[in-house]
Amino acid sequence: MSRDPRLPSLADRLDRIDRRWIFLAMFLAVAVPILWVGVTGRTFPESPTPAVQGAFDAVESLPPGSKVAISMDFDPASAGELQPMATAIVRHCAMRGHSICAMTLWPAGGPIIDATLKDVLGARPEYRYGENFVSLGFQAGNEGVMKQVNADLSAAFPTDARRTPLADLPMMKGVRNIADFDLLVSVSAGYPGAKEWVQFTVSATLTSGKPLRFVAGSTGVQTPQLIPYYPTQMVGILGAIKGAAEYEYLVNDAVRRADPAASIPARFQEAQRRMAPQLFGHVLMIALILLGNAVFVARRARGASA
Amino acid sequence: MSALPPGAGLDPAVARRATRLWLVVLAVIGALLVIRAIVGTEVGTGDAARTVHGFGMVFVEPSGQGFAEVPAAAWADAVAQDPAQQRITLSWPRTVGVWAAALLTLAVFSFLWRDNPFYKLAESIVVGVSAGYVMSVAAWDTLVPKLLGALAPGFTKAHLMPALDVTATDWWALVPLVLGMLLLCRLAQRTSWLGVFPLAFVVGTFSGWKFVQYVESDLLAQVATMFDPLWVPGDTLAATIGGTAGAVLILVGVLSVLAYFFFSLEHRGPLGGAAKVGIWYLMITFGASFGFTVMGRIALLAARCEFLFDRWLWLIDPAGNH
Repeated sequence: MSRDPRLPSLADRLDRIDRRWIFLAMFLAVAVPILWVGVTGRTFPESPTPAVQGAFDAVESLPPGSKVAISMDFDPASAGELQPMATAIVRHCAMRGHSICAMTLWPAGGPIIDATLKDVLGARPEYRYGENFVSLGFQAGNEGVMKQVNADLSAAFPTDARRTPLADLPMMKGVRNIADFDLLVSVSAGYPGAKEWVQFTVSATLTSGKPLRFVAGSTGVQTPQLIPYYPTQMVGILGAIKGAAEYEYLVNDAVRRADPAASIPARFQEAQRRMAPQLFGHVLMIALILLGNAVFVARRARGASA
Repeated sequence: MSALPPGAGLDPAVARRATRLWLVVLAVIGALLVIRAIVGTEVGTGDAARTVHGFGMVFVEPSGQGFAEVPAAAWADAVAQDPAQQRITLSWPRTVGVWAAALLTLAVFSFLWRDNPFYKLAESIVVGVSAGYVMSVAAWDTLVPKLLGALAPGFTKAHLMPALDVTATDWWALVPLVLGMLLLCRLAQRTSWLGVFPLAFVVGTFSGWKFVQYVESDLLAQVATMFDPLWVPGDTLAATIGGTAGAVLILVGVLSVLAYFFFSLEHRGPLGGAAKVGIWYLMITFGASFGFTVMGRIALLAARCEFLFDRWLWLIDPAGNH
């Protein structure tokens, strides 16, 4: 029995599918793994890439008490991707006993700095504000600020976020410009961010006697633009939520190696929890791409035969 | 596959059937929410365990000069020990905040159904709050300390910013003040020509900065890596092969993409072949960018879903909040 040619074929029907079914499928592909991970508490093991390992080693290899500047250049819209890596980096620095100087070039970054430092350092009484960590807060000016911190940090940030002059903060003693830090980290969602830090600050120190070591954490959209800078102009990249998950894994692994009985708080496994929905979301996306191409080829073949 | 926008080009009967199906989907979600509220959540441990018929609640206790969030289990334990206790209480502002965030998240998601007033409301709130926040930050972090504080330090210190560490007037601050005022002249048609001066200053300064830094970081530093040896010895044979292959691939990629963008000769013969290889490199690069973008978008969706399931619906509790 031959098919009625007036009836739409499967390829035709798929070609005209209501796109809301695709949205629903993607929602389920993301939501169900989140529920599964939330109920079981299980996460996927990670295998760190060289770029993430480089970032981890950059923090790990510094002697305790080193000064690390962290620029959190993102806002709540990107926090789903970047907050886990900002938390993991601050936590790693605290584990190693480094001094942390946080700043932001994004207007909405100030509260993010406060929340991150409170979340990670709040339970560490040995970390005292002004002595072991400082928040310089937000400063307007984008690349202008970067140019200023190259020469004189206190010109760009005369005071910290609490309006205390930098000269009165014990941690900032001996820090005249950004090159006086042992490591610069930028967790950024766009402009201004890691790319501008490379262009305006890091590259300017490459030919100096003391090149500034730089680590970038970035959103997925921004990461491909940063890869050419690795490893010459930056020692490590945390690319998107996958990079954050790998970094979290390395930090948590270091905790477990130091104390096998240690339990890892759930808030320090945020990125690792997000990898299951990533897996199923990507599988669905790949399946849809293959299906779309199959429909295209099938309809073209039908058109040619007709 | 060219999936259609909702309702566009569909047979009316098919569109009606699709709408009915989607209303069923929404009704199921609504019913699940009601069931969720009826079933409730067990909080607390041991004798203090109790079922709470609600979700999205936030409990707080005094901490320092403010309040800190505590798990619902802590509230249940405290109430079991002393039913009249007032130390751990339900925070209505924070609970309303969680519900507002959840409902606004759903309002944004509703755009996937079709454009609607709930989405418009959420969009307007985001734009309004963002603009207000940025204006406030610009005023208190830039205009007051850097402009007013520089021109009138005594007044600023006495009335606006007691912690301001400036004593002498800095008359150089008049320059950005004048430039800023000239920029505002663009708002009126008769004076808009005055706005070209600050714009020229901004564009000129920025171009100068960017040009130098681009040459230094994106041209010279990148070209320098092209002179690295192609033989990259590693700790293992696999590392050596991988490193060397990577270096060769990068060199081939640079040359072939340059060949693709070289338009002074027709793309035939060896140049045409190299250009085709360059196209492959470009397509793979675009594919990688697309893949990273997908990862970023899924990460954002996962973060909102986790918020809805954890903080709002209390279906999961990875961080032990309730």
